[in-house]
Amino acid sequence: MTVTLTPAENAVTPRRPQPARDRHHRGASRWIVLVLVTLGALAMLVPFVFMLLNAFKSPGDYSTGGPLSWPTEFYTKGLRNYWTQVDFPLKLWNSALIAGSVAVLGVIVSLLNAYALGIGRVRGRLWIVGLFLLANMLPQESLIYPLYYVAKQIGLYNTQLSVIIIFTVIQSAFGTYLLASVLGTFPRSLLEAAALDGAGKWKILWRVVFPNLRPTLAVLLIFFFIWTWNEFLIPLVMLIDNSTQTIPVALASLQGDRLMDAPTTNAGALISLVPAILFFLIFQRTLSRGITAGAEK
Amino acid sequence: MALSETVAGPERPATSTEPTPTGRKRRSGNAGYWLYLLPGAVLFILVIGAPLVGTVYLSLTKWSGVGDPTFIGLENYRNLFQDEIFWTSFKNTLAMIVAMVVVPTLLGLVLAAALFDVIGRKFKPRTAAALRAAFYLPQVLPVVVAGIVWGWILRPDGAFNSLLDAVGLGALRHDWLGDPNTAMPSVMAVMIWVQIGYPVVVFMAALQRVDPELYEAAEVDGANWFRRFRAITLAQIRPETFVVALTCTIAALKVFGPVFALTRGGPENTTNVPSYFAYYTFFKKLQVGYGSAISTVLTLIIIVVAVVFIWLQYRNERQDRGV
Repeated sequence: MTVTLTPAENAVTPRRPQPARDRHHRGASRWIVLVLVTLGALAMLVPFVFMLLNAFKSPGDYSTGGPLSWPTEFYTKGLRNYWTQVDFPLKLWNSALIAGSVAVLGVIVSLLNAYALGIGRVRGRLWIVGLFLLANMLPQESLIYPLYYVAKQIGLYNTQLSVIIIFTVIQSAFGTYLLASVLGTFPRSLLEAAALDGAGKWKILWRVVFPNLRPTLAVLLIFFFIWTWNEFLIPLVMLIDNSTQTIPVALASLQGDRLMDAPTTNAGALISLVPAILFFLIFQRTLSRGITAGAEK
Repeated sequence: MALSETVAGPERPATSTEPTPTGRKRRSGNAGYWLYLLPGAVLFILVIGAPLVGTVYLSLTKWSGVGDPTFIGLENYRNLFQDEIFWTSFKNTLAMIVAMVVVPTLLGLVLAAALFDVIGRKFKPRTAAALRAAFYLPQVLPVVVAGIVWGWILRPDGAFNSLLDAVGLGALRHDWLGDPNTAMPSVMAVMIWVQIGYPVVVFMAALQRVDPELYEAAEVDGANWFRRFRAITLAQIRPETFVVALTCTIAALKVFGPVFALTRGGPENTTNVPSYFAYYTFFKKLQVGYGSAISTVLTLIIIVVAVVFIWLQYRNERQDRGV
């Protein structure tokens, strides 16, 4: 998923009152637009309908009625089977542990980096920020084999810790880029006032910069969490064990398995999507504020 | 993003940055800030810098992952440029760019304008927000899980063929992902579905920024909706269009999860992409040197694309400012 973040303030511009200007769309044409866009939105949801329809079907029901029939009974054995077969609570814990740790650690590392670059204006910051930005764009294939090899050598292979460390750095590359540009415009008067009161750099960071930056850091935290939750390649390579795998890796490694008939596949996908959809609903406000147009300040 | 500006930051006189009444502080000066960069820099070198150098080195060797790599110079690259799969995978990347950049950006512009201008204003803003959420939903899902559901939908006995039967188009039944002729178009369709929400959300937010007075003035001058869209909307949200095009192009160059879930690069490599090709070469064929060469070429292409994009944007901004 590709998203751009900006400091939230420019996104919450209140909708301006609109003068009646758009003569062109008065009358019938606005309804045509509404119908077309609604049809498009419904089409987007069709795969979810298919999934729901078949997640609660028994295999026998599926083979007689096919994918489009209404389930003859509310069959939850597929869901329960998937739940126990992959030990879903453990997968949920692994995903939450990895994504949660990365979100917190990634924000902290980003903040420290950005403090040195944006406020400290250390020498060569332009190049350093550019380096972080490029690092964020690298294909993970260009890192994966050495990481895999070294992790094996030092006993971090197949541990959640390996994935946590790797994604903390990858996510903070983006976070550093973003926060450094935000802090580049941080009001100097606040810093100067704190310094006159005798506050050192460490104190200024936590007493002045951090509280002011909290809304942006919250958005960053949520994005790091969701991005890490959805990651695939590195967890696929690093986590080979049932006890360490994340939710997407668990589903993908059962894909093509003969035990995975269509209803079980759908049930597994449904369970795997529920947490992501819950985050979406919970954080929708923050998300739509955060994923904005990052282009300009 | 406005790179030149965000990276450089507004210039300030250096004197105002360091209000240092005590000697202790003056001594630490700006140098003291390096300490804050230290943990990040060490982690960065360990997790990104060193592995990247390692991959470039390995691309000059022959290695199966056990024992010692044998240095063979540029042989992997010579083989790579004669490898048909390599060229196929990059050709497929172009198809991915169409599906993940071109189509979503164009559709996204139309949808965002329709949602913001028409539905948000002539109906309730909440209607627009709900419709926007439907388009954005696939963006928050683990793309692999979405890919697995789509893989089932497009199977010969999957939901899509049943749907065709149900509406009387049974003659079109097909093994969508299994036939080399339809596999790539099917993957592209899924990628459009995955990607479309991103430009819609970004462009809708961008439109909030556009000054309504511009539209009023244009309307007074007699410009119709389409001309206003072209002359004002497109011009005003150009920075956002740059960001969307850049981030989506990079994502298209790196795409892995959906290909893994839908086709594993098959049938007959018709949907193979560089990142899946590299993964397969590393971990299934155990040709680490060759896989590293694929990854290195992909990395170089991404860096070139990113630099060109950023340079173009920088030039554009300068022109806008009349520099």
